Amino acid sequence: MTKEIRRIITEYGRLSVDITALPVDADLYQAGMTSHASIDVMLALEDHFDVEFPDGMLTRSAFESITAIEAALLKLRAEAAVR
Amino acid sequence: MSVSVGRDQAFLDAVRHIADAHAAPNADQVDREARFPAETIEALREERALSAFVPGELGGGEVSFQALASACFELGRRCGASAMVFAMHQIQVVSIVRHLQGADWFEEYLRSLAAEQRLIASATSEVGTGGDMGRSVAAVTPGEDGMCAFEKQAPTVSYGAHADDLFVTLRRGPQAEPSDQVVVLARKDQTELEPTSSWDTLGMRGTCSPGYVVRASIAPGQVLPTPFPKVSAESMVPVSHILWSHLWLGIATDAFERARAFVRAAAKRDPGTPPPVATRLSHLMSELSLLRAEVSSGLAEFLDASGEPGRERLSTMASALRVNNLKIAASEQAPRVCQGAMGVCGIMGYKNDTPFSVGRHLRDTMSAPLMLANERIHQTNASLLLIAKEV
Ligand SMILES: Cc1cc2nc3c(=O)[nH]c(=O)nc-3n(C[C@H](O)[C@H](O)[C@H](O)COP(=O)(O)OP(=O)(O)OC[C@H]3O[C@@H](n4cnc5c(N)ncnc54)[C@H](O)[C@@H]3O)c2cc1C
Repeated sequence: MTKEIRRIITEYGRLSVDITALPVDADLYQAGMTSHASIDVMLALEDHFDVEFPDGMLTRSAFESITAIEAALLKLRAEAAVR
Repeated sequence: MSVSVGRDQAFLDAVRHIADAHAAPNADQVDREARFPAETIEALREERALSAFVPGELGGGEVSFQALASACFELGRRCGASAMVFAMHQIQVVSIVRHLQGADWFEEYLRSLAAEQRLIASATSEVGTGGDMGRSVAAVTPGEDGMCAFEKQAPTVSYGAHADDLFVTLRRGPQAEPSDQVVVLARKDQTELEPTSSWDTLGMRGTCSPGYVVRASIAPGQVLPTPFPKVSAESMVPVSHILWSHLWLGIATDAFERARAFVRAAAKRDPGTPPPVATRLSHLMSELSLLRAEVSSGLAEFLDASGEPGRERLSTMASALRVNNLKIAASEQAPRVCQGAMGVCGIMGYKNDTPFSVGRHLRDTMSAPLMLANERIHQTNASLLLIAKEV
């Protein structure tokens, strides 16, 4: 999953640094991701993983690092499995 | 009556009195001469209103946020510029109070703000980023003496020449990205303001808001511990939009009152036949009601979300959309109501020296759509709408 997230951020995050060198807990906004770019990332994640982030999850901090994104996706999957 | 309700009531009574006794009689001169509403701000100081929102343990009045919003409305009814100065100061105070995380320097600062009734101006916009507050050019730059320096080209600093301290957004450091911002509070004795432009505007003339190059040297402890994006989403943006809309509503309400007085005077002159403009006044009332409803629901939703532990909801995109929409709607509706009032009063409203003059109201509220350009906010909303679910 981390690999796929990295690929999506590379494509849509418009970072100012090389993402392959970025630790999973690095702050993506500090790495140059703008709010506009973060929305493209969210859309691409929803599309790729076939999920919908509910409004309560759509916060800046939920998408601030690869780890945070992975946690959000896992939470959504767990919730979907229960349903 | 609980203690907090009693506190709010006493504060609002005092503000209402200041609005009538100081803001109203000076409003025309403040506007005409584009001068700072010194009498009103001095009276607010005497009532300790500049520290009204500061917690009691730090020497402040600890009134509720609703009370601050009502105070902006009351001042707006009498003098738009005075209300705007008060509102901007409070935006800075609320942002500090909600995000200081127990930092010593900021607690000490709030104590001195309360004791000395210090007035805070702001330099959040910047030459080169326009109205986009989410990016900065100027940066906090550590010096060899353990202090930090910065130099910021500020296009508009309201009451900069009259303020004690300055609330400034900057990049975290010389290498930081434009969006990696912090807030610093620079005291007047640490700051140099070099004027770069004048302030001869259509409205909001008494805010005295020319451009400056701001140069300051501050201690590292003067950087607010909470990163600016969080301060912005949870406090600065919603609080700005709520307090501004309250004062715009105040201005529009007074314009409506003047139109109503005009119609009543006409009705008295010719009893038996309702004046034809009476129907226009009724139309205007509907427009004012829309504005009032938008402003009060915006406030209620913010209070709800602020009351939740962690205030997480304020950081959601749905919440950003909501508060952005309050700004757009209120900033467009307020000048519409003022223009409608002018339509009712006719030439008596257009003239600057009648009891029914609404020119200042119209000019003051015309700043609302460009104080953070609505088109820019629409563009942000357009991208938020792509991802938010329930709006
Ligand atoms: C009365 C008053 C007091 C103020 N006081 C202060 C203060 O104390 N401190 C402070 O820091 N600032 C202050 N400001 C500045 C304010 O906060 C804004 O930064 C400023 O009004 C925006 O300036 P601008 O119109 O040049 O910028 P921009 O936002 O760049 O807008 C310029 C033009 O471009 C258009 N535009 C911009 N972006 C887009 C887009 N994405 N899509 C389409 N069109 C777009 C806008 O509609 C506008 O016509 C004050 C402003 C006013 C009116």
